Amino acid sequence: MAAEGTANAPTAGEYIVHHLHHLQTGKQTAVVDFSVLNLDSLFWSIALGVLGCWALWSVARKATSGVPGRFQAAVEMLVELVDGQARGIVHNANSRKLVAPLALTVFVWIFLMNAMDLLPVDLLPVVAGWLGIHYQRVVPTADLSITMALSLGVLITCLVYNVKIKGAGGWVHELFAAPFGDKWFLYPVNFLMQIIEFIAKTVSHGMRLFGNMYAGELIFMLIALMGGAFALTGTGIALFLGHIFAGTVWAIFHILIITLQAFVFMMLTLVYVGQAHDSH
Amino acid sequence: MEVISFVALAAGLIIGLGAIGACIGIGIMGSKYLESAARQPELMNELQTKMFLLAGLIDAAFIIGTGIALWFATANPFLAQIANLPK
Repeated sequence: MAAEGTANAPTAGEYIVHHLHHLQTGKQTAVVDFSVLNLDSLFWSIALGVLGCWALWSVARKATSGVPGRFQAAVEMLVELVDGQARGIVHNANSRKLVAPLALTVFVWIFLMNAMDLLPVDLLPVVAGWLGIHYQRVVPTADLSITMALSLGVLITCLVYNVKIKGAGGWVHELFAAPFGDKWFLYPVNFLMQIIEFIAKTVSHGMRLFGNMYAGELIFMLIALMGGAFALTGTGIALFLGHIFAGTVWAIFHILIITLQAFVFMMLTLVYVGQAHDSH
Repeated sequence: MEVISFVALAAGLIIGLGAIGACIGIGIMGSKYLESAARQPELMNELQTKMFLLAGLIDAAFIIGTGIALWFATANPFLAQIANLPK
């Protein structure tokens, strides 16, 4: 608000629309357009992924069996939490060697991406504005492309494990015979059910994370607008106090939401991969 | 004018009905959790993880609805559609 607010004050609608615009390589015309890249989401997700991996790696490198430091203790608790969940859901020690670290990476990565929501909504866009970048959305998980890419990654992992555990023939047999039984006249219904299940799992997995983060980001913007309205009119100290109060309450509640959504995404990843190990 | 008032009503309904559903759901789940934790306190940690997982699932639809309703309320997309209509 501060950057362009003084020159030509945008209306509330313009402010929101401007803040919901991605830094894109082109003009997006259709709802699904694979020729356009959202550069801001890509930059922040890759940067946070590298940061998360580096933090975990640096702890693992310096890990001592003696008295651990605070950060090492925190990472150990996290690893034990994820390992315990993976042990309870995926009953195959060999697959767990890949799936448990995958779940840990997913959790840390999504948590970091969600945590970008807690930065002030105008901080990074204004800094980017000084550098000549006019559109910036800093929460990668509030971008449907990123969350659907994550859930598609989980789907591919599930498909790979289906083939790996049951064999290609066994999996195809399950696709046609699974929910209702191995009868020739039930094959089309079974197959349809399986396909619907895969699509529904993937779409809801990605949409849930996106919806939560998008709504949270939007509410932070509305709270920022409240403070902006105070700055523009200069009347109504109540708006300013309300801005501080609402921002504090929502930020505290949002700490719960970002952790919970990262946890839910991790648990569902484990559950879906675990389902790929169940044979019917 | 009509569109603005309808959208305001719709935003209220989206948030209100969503809140009813999510709160009843969370309430039932919380009471069941407390009951089962009182019966078998040794299962408390395991149940707590599952309760939070389900809380995330229940909350999701409500918060998505709230986000959409607030988007309608502030940056009303229907007004732009009306402005673009041929007169």
